[in-house]
Amino acid sequence: MSALEPKILMKPDDQLDLTPEELKEEFTRILTANNPHAPNNIVRYSFKERCYKMTMGVNQLAVHFSMDGNMLHKESDEGRRQLARLGLADSGAATEQNLNDMEIPGEEELEVEGEGEEAEKDAPREVPAVKPPETALRNQFNYSERASQTFNNPYRERGTTTEPPPRTNFSATANQWEIFDAYQEDLERQERQKEKQKSRDKDNEKKSKGSSSEPGTGDEIQRIGIPAKIVERMVNQNTHDEIAQDFKYWEDASDEYKGNEGTLLPLWPFKSEKGKKLSVTAVVFNPEYNDMFAVGHGSYDFLKQGAGLICVYSLKNPSFPEFTYTTESGVMTLDFHPEHPWLMAVGFYDGGVAVYNLREKTNVPSYSSSAKNGKHTDTVWQVYWQDNDLDNNLNFFSISSDGRVTCWSLIKNELHNTDIILIKLNHSSSPDPGAGGLDLACGTCFDFHKFTDYLFLVGTEEGKIHKCSKHYSSQYLETYDAHHMAVYAVRWNNFHPRVFASCSADWTVKIWDHNYIEPMFTFDLGNSVGDVVWSPYSATVFGAVTDDGQVHIFDLSQEKYNPLCQQSVVQKKKTKVNHLVFNKHYPVILVGDDRGNALTLKLSPNLRKCLKDKAYSRENEVEKMEKLLELVREPQEEMTA
Amino acid sequence: WFTSWGRRIQAVVSTQSTGKDAADKNDPRRLHSFPLIRHSDMAEEMRTEAMELCVTACEKFASSNEAASKMIKENMDKKFGSSWHVVVGEGFGFELTYETKNLLYMFFGGSLAIAVWKCS
Repeated sequence: MSALEPKILMKPDDQLDLTPEELKEEFTRILTANNPHAPNNIVRYSFKERCYKMTMGVNQLAVHFSMDGNMLHKESDEGRRQLARLGLADSGAATEQNLNDMEIPGEEELEVEGEGEEAEKDAPREVPAVKPPETALRNQFNYSERASQTFNNPYRERGTTTEPPPRTNFSATANQWEIFDAYQEDLERQERQKEKQKSRDKDNEKKSKGSSSEPGTGDEIQRIGIPAKIVERMVNQNTHDEIAQDFKYWEDASDEYKGNEGTLLPLWPFKSEKGKKLSVTAVVFNPEYNDMFAVGHGSYDFLKQGAGLICVYSLKNPSFPEFTYTTESGVMTLDFHPEHPWLMAVGFYDGGVAVYNLREKTNVPSYSSSAKNGKHTDTVWQVYWQDNDLDNNLNFFSISSDGRVTCWSLIKNELHNTDIILIKLNHSSSPDPGAGGLDLACGTCFDFHKFTDYLFLVGTEEGKIHKCSKHYSSQYLETYDAHHMAVYAVRWNNFHPRVFASCSADWTVKIWDHNYIEPMFTFDLGNSVGDVVWSPYSATVFGAVTDDGQVHIFDLSQEKYNPLCQQSVVQKKKTKVNHLVFNKHYPVILVGDDRGNALTLKLSPNLRKCLKDKAYSRENEVEKMEKLLELVREPQEEMTA
Repeated sequence: WFTSWGRRIQAVVSTQSTGKDAADKNDPRRLHSFPLIRHSDMAEEMRTEAMELCVTACEKFASSNEAASKMIKENMDKKFGSSWHVVVGEGFGFELTYETKNLLYMFFGGSLAIAVWKCS
């Protein structure tokens, strides 16, 4: 039909006949989404508010068509079950089917959603069905994984252990008796302390003087003193071990074959540096300590006079003296006090005397004589301690070449002297008128009787021996024309009350009975005899030393004419042996020579035979001597005492 | 380490003697009631403190050694550090290892012996 053809309106039969105005009328028709069939005012009864209420929103949904399909989501339970039932072989076909099924809704959705979904749809197709669904799906293009690890410092182990606190063991028992004992001890200690305190208070009040010369525990070095001394002695003993063994145990076995003869075994020599140039002028053992002895050094030479030296040694330490004292003048004689063994009396070449206290650590004598208080004007040859006098003061006697025998008393801090006797010369002719003053002989030695206190003998340089008494100061009891030259030693016998010995520069040793003016025995020793000493263990044994360095030991009960032992004890020739002394405790004698050496010698058994005698006793000894005397005694008139 | 022979000797002393003897025997015991340190290597302060503590404890628990030792031990732990050991008794022997300078062995009251030591 062409557009130009007039339009013929064809009216259906049932069309309404309307006027043309009615035909031009516009009718507004609104298209809404409302469901025309849905009511617009539903009222319901609310039990809560007990009234009718209009429901606000009315469901406008009109379902035109519904059909239930057979589709299951493949990941729902039923879907999975079905997949599992179909098996893996069919899983490909099943997945295809699923995928196809998914496509359908996918295509439907494509109209609604944008293209961005396409990529996502691709991804699940590539992913196999077995992959766990929880993995976050990131595309390769926008996302990439990067990871890095920092460098961790390597670990190092460090460990220490602290020192555990120190532990100690302890054990004890707790019994009733232990407790009791401990308490008792404590009570006693307390009581003792109380007593000490009381006595200390008393002492403080009195303030006793003098003998507080204890060194105390002040210095630490002093504390080492005693151990050091012990160590020194030990070292000495080890060094001189053989000698120590000999001293103690050696008995010369060959003595049995020698008959009566004996020998002297040299033991330790004692020397000191300072005393090298001096000769030994005195040796004396300490009465209380058997191993201690004192050696006095001086010089016999008139022209060579110098300082003197006193060394106190111990047999336990032969290398160094225990005490040393230097003196201004040569020492001539020494004596220890029998009861106070730390007091030592010294006589000097210059005529002075002094008393040293060994307890004090000083070099200065406790007492010394001076020109004021009557020291001797000539050499003091001998000093001897005596018993305490009536005032209980210590006193000693000295004899010197100035002819005086003096008694010195230690009164408080001073020496007081009293002349006991003046040794007068007995001149047969009348004294010259020109010689004024007293004629005094020179005393060279003296000895006090062991038993009768007041009796003593004096030997002179003229060779006479005078028997004197302390009570008579001007007269002698007796005079013996003993020797032709100076008498160097006079000694009473230690056992027999009447016998004494004397030795002299005229080479002889004589044994006397003091009741007779003639000697009982005379021995010629071939050289000037320096000293003669009786042995402390026998009345018939005595020893003598001579200027040719020999020691002679006699035993009158064995051999009346010859010495049992005649032995040279010096190293070098031309050494004189000056003094001799026996040790009261050990079979040892000590000799001093003029080179400053003191030598210890051990007496061999033959010389001490009497000691082995079962009947050895004092009385026996005295008897032996008595018998000897009787043998020798020529029928003589006994002198009137 | 500590081993003890715990012999509890019941120290019941019956003096069936005349008046004089009884008086003599009683006197030492009365005199022995003070605390007596038998062995100790503690520092001075520690020692006095420990001794006082022991005396107090023993006087307080005179009838029970266990309670007394318990009190001593706890107080020592508090004051001086852990691991103290205490033995209170009248008859026992012991051998112990202890931290040096931490031992006190004392008698008290004439019949009691107290050993106190530290060991971890």
